[in-house]
Amino acid sequence: MTILLIVYRSLRQHALSTVVTACSLALAAGLLMTVWVVKTQSQRTFTQTTAGFDAVLGARSAKLQLVLNAIFHLEASPGNLAWADYEQIKQHPAVKTAIPIAVGDNFRGWRIVGTVPELFSDVEYNPGRKYTLAAGGRFFETGKHEAVVGSFVAQQLGWKVGATFHPFHGIAFDEQHEHEEQYEVVGILEPTNSPADRVIWTPLEGVQTMTGHNPAAATEVSAVLIQLRSPTAGFMLDMMYNKQGNRLTFAYPVGAIVGELFAKIGWFDRVLALVAYLVALVAAGSVLASIYASMSARRRDLAILRALGAHRRTVFGAVVTEAAVIGALGAAGGFVVYCGLMVVVSNVIRVQTGVVLERVAWHDVLWICPLAMVGLAALSGMVPAAKAYRIPVAETLAPAS
Amino acid sequence: MLAMLAIHGLTQSFLSPDGRRNTVVDVPAFSLGAGEQLALRGESGSGKTTFLHLIAGILAADSGSIHVEGIDMVSLSEPKRDRLRAEKIGYIFQTFNLLQGHTVLENVLLGMSFGPGADRSRARAVLERLGLGERLYHFPRQLSTGQQQRVAVARALANRPKLVLADEPTGNLDRRNATESLALIRETCREVGAALLLVSHDENALAQFSQVKNFADINAAQQGAGT
Repeated sequence: MTILLIVYRSLRQHALSTVVTACSLALAAGLLMTVWVVKTQSQRTFTQTTAGFDAVLGARSAKLQLVLNAIFHLEASPGNLAWADYEQIKQHPAVKTAIPIAVGDNFRGWRIVGTVPELFSDVEYNPGRKYTLAAGGRFFETGKHEAVVGSFVAQQLGWKVGATFHPFHGIAFDEQHEHEEQYEVVGILEPTNSPADRVIWTPLEGVQTMTGHNPAAATEVSAVLIQLRSPTAGFMLDMMYNKQGNRLTFAYPVGAIVGELFAKIGWFDRVLALVAYLVALVAAGSVLASIYASMSARRRDLAILRALGAHRRTVFGAVVTEAAVIGALGAAGGFVVYCGLMVVVSNVIRVQTGVVLERVAWHDVLWICPLAMVGLAALSGMVPAAKAYRIPVAETLAPAS
Repeated sequence: MLAMLAIHGLTQSFLSPDGRRNTVVDVPAFSLGAGEQLALRGESGSGKTTFLHLIAGILAADSGSIHVEGIDMVSLSEPKRDRLRAEKIGYIFQTFNLLQGHTVLENVLLGMSFGPGADRSRARAVLERLGLGERLYHFPRQLSTGQQQRVAVARALANRPKLVLADEPTGNLDRRNATESLALIRETCREVGAALLLVSHDENALAQFSQVKNFADINAAQQGAGT
């Protein structure tokens, strides 16, 4: 109780430096927690985002590029494959489902993907979850200029059922390359929290035969999304396409290939973590500096406490406790910083990829980091506390005269 | 009369900047009875404050013994000296030494907390007795000098000490306040049954005591220095 009163009054007396120091700790704690949570959550979420498929078949290319293009609708298509290739893998006994997609158009930057209705009727994008439509909509009909729109695109463009649009050529928006065809929105997908939310889905042949497209592409597809009957089939097809053949690439398994992306950008995580560690170190230093700098002003108060009967260990404990309380304030503020950063970061990731991170998901770093902050602050407080411990009472209390 | 304070062969020296050891306090024998009130006259720099610091256990003596209510302060470890000081001794400083960041009530409570324990009602009662009932939640800077000194007195007496040490308690007060303040200290000490040892060079303050001794007469170190 005594120590808490001493600490409380000291923090009040040095309110400005307390707030500044706690803020720098909050920034460090918030950054550390965000880096860790985003890193682990994005890795987990991205590797689990398979849109319900086990593999992707596409033109000869890097597997990662193929997966990013076909599953995440990012990056450019590495090229096309012939309709016959699609037919061949579709008929393969190891393949349960094969869904062709064609890319190459956009509407104001939102990617248009041509596919077949089976994507919506047969495929579970998450276990037990099929694509569903918002009220008043229906899936497009083959051969018609109709579109089903991902929830995020519809929200961003303000589209409702009945809206019409002209696609633009290419995956990057260029006003000069508007196609003649007019499409009508016939359905809007319920949110899936997956890259599908960022896509305008149209019938496959519509993209293939769009005016201005290469007529040769009318019998080609950009990729084939595949569900296998068993995991061993994946290795068999991997052997068949990747090792024995040299024309196509079979990207399997999708999750592991996305994992490679994180391995490649692992250095970025490490840099972020290093920056966060440095910020934490600087913040801990600021606790030390702030309390140490105030020691001259507090020297007399501490000597008075000693003269009143406080033990050396009591004043030592008071200074360490004060540092720990600043650390605790910083850790609490860290949660505010963390929440703010998570909102921003998860929004950016959602806008860029369609993948939604859980903002309130629990992670061990959420208790380890605040605890470490308090510990680090208390450790920093030991330097000024040692100074307080050694204060010569008689000398300090001697009248100035 | 049982000696509340009994000192034998007490010495204290300091190393001067030129490397020589200067003996500041050399008191062969000194005693103070329970409830007794004694004033020591001494000039500035005569070692009076050091003498009080030694009695209070704020400084560790080079040699000798200081018995406070029968317990030898010199032979105790520092934590035990701190405890004894908090429980048995009230100290009134010349500059009051109030904790500026704490309220009047907190100053008194903190003083009590290192001894038998903070007793809010006792602290309030002492402050009210000293006319500070309306100032409990004021900070020292919001008080007059006289009021600040009364807070220092309240803090020294709240624990019902057996011995009160007062170091130039009127040094920062005008004459009227000094007279009133000293009367209050003496009266309050009588009320709690504490012995009072006051050191001062202020003749007006000393004049209020029936027992006054020259510090030079008990401090052999000063006799040699001729001060």
